[in-house]
Amino acid sequence: MTPSTPGARAVAPPAARHPHGARLAFFGGVYSNHLALRATLEDAARAGAQAVYCLGDLGGFGPYPARIVPLLREAGVPSLRGNYDDSVGFGKGDCACGYTDPRDNRFAQLSFDYTAARTPEEQRAWMRGLPEQLRLEVGSRQVLLCHGSPRRVNEFLWESSCSTAFLDWLAEAHGADVVLCTHTGIHWWRPLPGGRHLVNVGAIGRPANDGRPEVWYALVEFGDALRVEFRPVAYDHEALAAEMRAEGLPEEFVETILTGWWTCCLENLPARERLRGRY
Amino acid sequence: MQVAGTVCNLTCAHCFVPSGPDERRHDFMGREQVRALVRDGLALGVREVYFTGGEPFLHRELTAILADTLAVAPATVLTNGTLFTRQRVRDLARLSARAPYSLEIRVSLDGYTAATHDALRGAGAFARTLEGLGRLSRAGLAPIVTATQLGEEDPLAYHQRFVDVLRAAGVERPRLKILPLFKLGREAGRGGGYAPDETLAGLPPDRFDPGRLQCGGCRAVTSQGVFVCPLLVDEPAARMGALLAESLRPFTLRHGACFTCYVTGMTCANG
Repeated sequence: MTPSTPGARAVAPPAARHPHGARLAFFGGVYSNHLALRATLEDAARAGAQAVYCLGDLGGFGPYPARIVPLLREAGVPSLRGNYDDSVGFGKGDCACGYTDPRDNRFAQLSFDYTAARTPEEQRAWMRGLPEQLRLEVGSRQVLLCHGSPRRVNEFLWESSCSTAFLDWLAEAHGADVVLCTHTGIHWWRPLPGGRHLVNVGAIGRPANDGRPEVWYALVEFGDALRVEFRPVAYDHEALAAEMRAEGLPEEFVETILTGWWTCCLENLPARERLRGRY
Repeated sequence: MQVAGTVCNLTCAHCFVPSGPDERRHDFMGREQVRALVRDGLALGVREVYFTGGEPFLHRELTAILADTLAVAPATVLTNGTLFTRQRVRDLARLSARAPYSLEIRVSLDGYTAATHDALRGAGAFARTLEGLGRLSRAGLAPIVTATQLGEEDPLAYHQRFVDVLRAAGVERPRLKILPLFKLGREAGRGGGYAPDETLAGLPPDRFDPGRLQCGGCRAVTSQGVFVCPLLVDEPAARMGALLAESLRPFTLRHGACFTCYVTGMTCANG
């Protein structure tokens, strides 16, 4: 085997171009939270976003997974195929999050089986057709949208476990001035040497393990300087919790929606992020 | 980085890189040497640095080495957890609080009872390690416990009992990573080595996801040079060169340990 050395690779043409100064919204990790998705789209419109992009993981965790795809299509939101969408779309057996903790795996499997069984084939086919990455040209900036990391769909890019040298190497190797990712569920942003940026846009499907019920997405303004605003989105989380209970989803998931604290699938959190949470 | 070489205060019966008080096959690495290696690694895009041994806390400069490293990269220490004096725990907590990156302390425990742990590591080791884990947690650190499951117990029940024991020892946020046993070193002598059919020879290359295997994104550095992974530092054929930059070529997955990684999905990474 060879260590991951992407090297100089051909950079695909951009899927879309936006002018210098454009204000764009990015979110990921919908996790079947249809109420938060609606609230996020409304907030992005109010905030003056000229386009909205979804970085993948439409299902899992929440109730009624079939409600998400129609909302994204109706709003014309270009979406990536996250590891969850890949697994649901192609009928793979699990979410491919790579947990080894048996408790995490039990919850992950329960959630995956619930989601897969309730996602119509027509939506699975749509997921199969989604791209794993998207390139944008915003003014003169090359912007890469990915799910986990530019090199692997299920790589977790946590703020406290990624050296700046590594992130700069990733961005350079993939020909990006700005890399936007999700997958971890916690938002963060790091300017890199030479003017590059790494932005983890967070997740709108569940809170960010911060003790608040709101969920987060990123509004990015591509002016002379890059401005990243993480916006909290309040939604009717009590209604979502009621729906989750009605569907028989685990009380541990409901607790997260109500309190903002993660209760499971914690094994991949680095120490810094883990210590910020309750569990 | 095998910063403490093969020098350890314990002589565990299942150690896959046989270490002990008199094992000097790989020696301590100096602070300046480590600094230069971290610098080289960052130039190659290294994400994070793991310090192992032997027992890293036998290294007199480990705290300084961690401080150097944490200024530029996340750092993890793999330890047997028997050397956590109050002063050392205070030092680690201070480092962790100041660093821009996570400091991970990974502590080995072979099961959740003194009987299973001490049978492999020596009498009293379990109690000392558990006490150290509690001390780390009370100081505001969140140690990861790495464990091997030796018996046939249901994995979920094993996990829950383990977590209960850790909580009772004062570990507020138990983090548990279950690792497979490798039939290497003393463990090969204890339980037998790899059988001829435990090999990846003959499997088509497209069956491998290099990103999933440890060697797909990692190298192990010792005082003897750079090796393909931390498990194979006693295999001359696994030495990839003197410098990290020389070690990035492909490695044929011919060792029994490669079979274990492939079959179990084992990675040394924290997450």
